[in-house]
Amino acid sequence: MRHGKYRFLVGALIVPLALYGVFVLSPYLQAFQLAFTNWNGVDSAPEFTGLDNFGRLWSDPLFLAGLRHNGLMLLVVPLAVIAIALALAAATKGTRVYRVVYFFPQLLSVAIIAVLWQFVYTPNSGLLNGALSAVGLDSWRRSWLAEPDLALWCVMIVLIWSSVGFYVVLFSAAMESVPEDIVEAAAIDGAGPVTVFRRITLPLIWESVQVGWIYLGIAALDGFALVQIMTVGPGGPDNSTEVMGLGLYRTAFAFGKFGYASAMGVAIFFLTLSIAVLLLRVTKRERVELA
Amino acid sequence: MNLTRRGALLSAAAAAASTTLAACATGGGGDNEGAGKGDVSAENPLGVPADAGLEVVIFKGGYGDQYAIDAGTRLKEKHPKVAIDHKGIQGVGEVLQPRFVADSPPDVVDNSGAGRLDLATLVSAGKLKDLTELLDAPAVDDPGKKVRDTLMPGVIEDGTFDGKPLVLNYSSVLWGVWYSKSLFAKHGWTFPKTWEEMLTLNDEIKKAGLAPWTWQGKYPEYLNDPLLSMAAKAGGVEAVKAIDNLEAGAWQQPAVVAAAEAIHQLAVRGHILPGSEGLSHTEAQNAWCKGQVAFIPCGSWLEGEQQQVTPAGFDMVMATVPALTSSDKLPNGAVMAASSESFLVPAKAKNPQGGLEFLRYLFSKQVARGFAESAKALPVVTGATDGLTLTSGLGSVAEAVKAAGPNVFSYKFRTWYAPLSKAVDDATGELATKRINPQQWAERVQKAADAVAKDSSIVKHKR
Repeated sequence: MRHGKYRFLVGALIVPLALYGVFVLSPYLQAFQLAFTNWNGVDSAPEFTGLDNFGRLWSDPLFLAGLRHNGLMLLVVPLAVIAIALALAAATKGTRVYRVVYFFPQLLSVAIIAVLWQFVYTPNSGLLNGALSAVGLDSWRRSWLAEPDLALWCVMIVLIWSSVGFYVVLFSAAMESVPEDIVEAAAIDGAGPVTVFRRITLPLIWESVQVGWIYLGIAALDGFALVQIMTVGPGGPDNSTEVMGLGLYRTAFAFGKFGYASAMGVAIFFLTLSIAVLLLRVTKRERVELA
Repeated sequence: MNLTRRGALLSAAAAAASTTLAACATGGGGDNEGAGKGDVSAENPLGVPADAGLEVVIFKGGYGDQYAIDAGTRLKEKHPKVAIDHKGIQGVGEVLQPRFVADSPPDVVDNSGAGRLDLATLVSAGKLKDLTELLDAPAVDDPGKKVRDTLMPGVIEDGTFDGKPLVLNYSSVLWGVWYSKSLFAKHGWTFPKTWEEMLTLNDEIKKAGLAPWTWQGKYPEYLNDPLLSMAAKAGGVEAVKAIDNLEAGAWQQPAVVAAAEAIHQLAVRGHILPGSEGLSHTEAQNAWCKGQVAFIPCGSWLEGEQQQVTPAGFDMVMATVPALTSSDKLPNGAVMAASSESFLVPAKAKNPQGGLEFLRYLFSKQVARGFAESAKALPVVTGATDGLTLTSGLGSVAEAVKAAGPNVFSYKFRTWYAPLSKAVDDATGELATKRINPQQWAERVQKAADAVAKDSSIVKHKR
């Protein structure tokens, strides 16, 4: 019986596993291999160049700019999204309509979000400048995406806007599983809503928050699609919105350096992995078992 | 979003995977059994084998692919047994990258569109066939002439890498400054001859309540075209060559800095529509088409691109960029021109002679005329549009070609050195927003050029 079961399992899984192997694992492995070559994308026999590509990374101003900007996004985006999502989830407890509304951005593809926000930010007929003029704040009008000091923040706002909805739903669901009697007991003991949230709700939904940190950390290290579609250049003005993913894409498809781009990919892979592990460690708390 | 980045990584790696597999399948590539060469005769000057297959891959974008189908039809009349496999596609690079790696490419490729293969990479990898044989073959409509003598000036040079013609472009593109003839007639303005006059006229335009200039700020390369045109006009062909050959101090030549200064003046004097630096090409061009702005820099494709939104009677025309000084080295009609729609025959094509023969028919007057009519663009075959009634924009472009005569120039660094190209775009964006001055612009770009010159991983070219 047992053997038969395994044979059945293997038989059922062989197609998906093969597909996974060919389309996921094998490209990853080949990217690792290409990172040590000077492959230009069309050459049949790329040369092995050892660690050259990795050495280059640390003196490549564009890659370093991308690293800096992704770093800033890593500091800002997860914190902002989690704070906003927790606040909205707590404030809209029990009202499902809001949750549906907040979830809308999640239904749009990144490309559509980027194009929509481009219309919001566009200088002369954009929604944002129009709204500012409508309330008499003409002096606040800006070419939002064309000013180096503002552009990256404008991109981050879109990233936050498009992510919040999902975490509102996630946190709301978690909050619903917090037993009502604990909250009531705390209230009877004289705890205000803030204390209840800090001492009761947050610890009890911490696992969801932890997941949020990791997903958002990974998202903050990306930003490629938004930057590629929305920004001047793209990646500008003057590389002020350069992110690592964009650098990788440009290096491969515009500069024809697939080997070097693969090295960037490998670097980003390990960076993302380390950040995920780090976030997991830092946010680790004692698990609360609900009886 | 994470998915998207991974998507980009995956597609790069997947291309690698498929290519490696393909390379294995053909035993490492390079053992491609070719159809060879048939008998050479006056009727068949390139020696096309009588019954070989001919695979043609055409980018089917804004210009369509009817002209290539026409060329195939005409070729079939002469070589009825040749089996043509015509493919009109988009995303040429994605489709053909694995085939180039595996050395089993098609016989003719139109390497164009956003997803095209990087030409400099193909060249340095030795993947392209020398087209000299085709250029020396007799032209289809006039066997007394060689193909090379039927093409506009600069076309062969555009596709020449280190002395070898490897690519032939089909559509001629000129860069200039566009304006509406009717708008100018209404205000009694005439297009200026020098940049000094341009700035004076701009002040007048401003008084009339219009913005004198706008540009496609999201893509700063559009403003590079007038800048580099003026630099070439003032500094002459030597200045252009110095830049393309990555010579020390090439970007700090007086002519180049003066051209940067000229563009900077537009920003300093407030001649640019506010917010232009944040506009996409569509937004900027539409503002111009609505008559809010007098001038916009663009290539000769503008009329075709704007045909849906251009009001009747707008009569757009392209003028060549004004002279920078009164002592420019090139005459006033000199124009920056290049050709696009890059046709090439892969070095490892199965039927290379058939590929060349296809191009011979493609570059015939009759097929080119059809292209001008169906694609609303100027083909590179001289005299192909003679006698056709052209729209106001295309007509002005054809006139500019005639007026320029041999004084046609183009820069190579954009195709040769993509990283330098990016650095120039970035710097010009900053120049037009007054965040840097012309000296800083020249310094920055020179530094980028020096970095490319020093980088041993970038293959260098000379002209």
